[in-house]
Amino acid sequence: MADTLEKLKERFGDDVLLTHSFRGDDTALVRREQLLEVARFLRDELSFEMLTDETAVDLLHMAPDETFFPAGDRFEYVAHFYSLSRNLRVRIKARCPENDPRLPSLYSLFKTANFMEREIYDMYGIAFDGHPDMRRILLYDEFEGYPLRKDYPYDKEQPLIPMRTRRGEPQS
Amino acid sequence: MDMMEKAADQAPRPSEPGKIQPGQGLAVTTRLDAAIGWARKYSLFNYPFVTACCGMEFMATSASHYDTDRFGAALPRFSPRQADLLMVVGTIVHKQAPILRKIYEQMAEPKWVLSFGACATSGGFYRNYSAVQGIDNIIPVDVYVPGCPPRPETVLDALLMLQEKIQRSPQKF
Repeated sequence: MADTLEKLKERFGDDVLLTHSFRGDDTALVRREQLLEVARFLRDELSFEMLTDETAVDLLHMAPDETFFPAGDRFEYVAHFYSLSRNLRVRIKARCPENDPRLPSLYSLFKTANFMEREIYDMYGIAFDGHPDMRRILLYDEFEGYPLRKDYPYDKEQPLIPMRTRRGEPQS
Repeated sequence: MDMMEKAADQAPRPSEPGKIQPGQGLAVTTRLDAAIGWARKYSLFNYPFVTACCGMEFMATSASHYDTDRFGAALPRFSPRQADLLMVVGTIVHKQAPILRKIYEQMAEPKWVLSFGACATSGGFYRNYSAVQGIDNIIPVDVYVPGCPPRPETVLDALLMLQEKIQRSPQKF
């Protein structure tokens, strides 16, 4: 099962920063510059034909750590690939810092990346280079900030029309 | 007496001249408000603004098993112009708030609003960037139905309370 990770390490060497394998559940943290190449390798060489999911994590309150949190990067991107022909899954992670929240888009390889990357942009403010239509998908254009970032106040609402009562305002 | 004779015995008899029979020649007096309220409360045409899981319970309530038709509130009208009861069923988010406001404004007077379930009433368990903390932040509400989702009996009770409210209100016409 860890075969996938071995092949990734063999092909990308030090660009694979961390690997993890638990009960056939393979994970690799890769350098973000190599993300597109890693995805291409997985699709074309290891027959991971399907991009199941793309999402992100805000690591704001996690202590920087030499092994777990190497570069002090704030955002972690998570993608799941599935091989229909081999019935295998692999999870690829990449990180980007707060002052430069950008990642390469997988749209050129998987068309399904379109909406998932827009959702990550909508919720975390991570922009994807090479994406054809990088704008909000669920929230309205008037919305300021990115609600799933850990420093977004959990009860901050941004109404589109004036509210009739004072209910729903943030508790100070 | 055989069956035929029995039926003939119970049939209403033609009135005799000069004698008032029960149920004949009597008048019922009432206030106009009460008469109009009586008519309005038994002909509620609802507009279901259904956004979430409460919708399933709404369907169960309005279908034959519990049957809102018994109270004259049967027909959903999918045009706000033809409806007088707006049933807001489910979570309303800020992105939808202008739509709900517009639907309400498009309804002709007289109109009433029923807030169906915890989310529509108060935001329910959502306290975040997206959920409106109760639809009374957007439009006036006549009846609130608690529950997540409400039991059909709760909804029918709310419907009866709304009918009572309609009956008691001064009627504009």
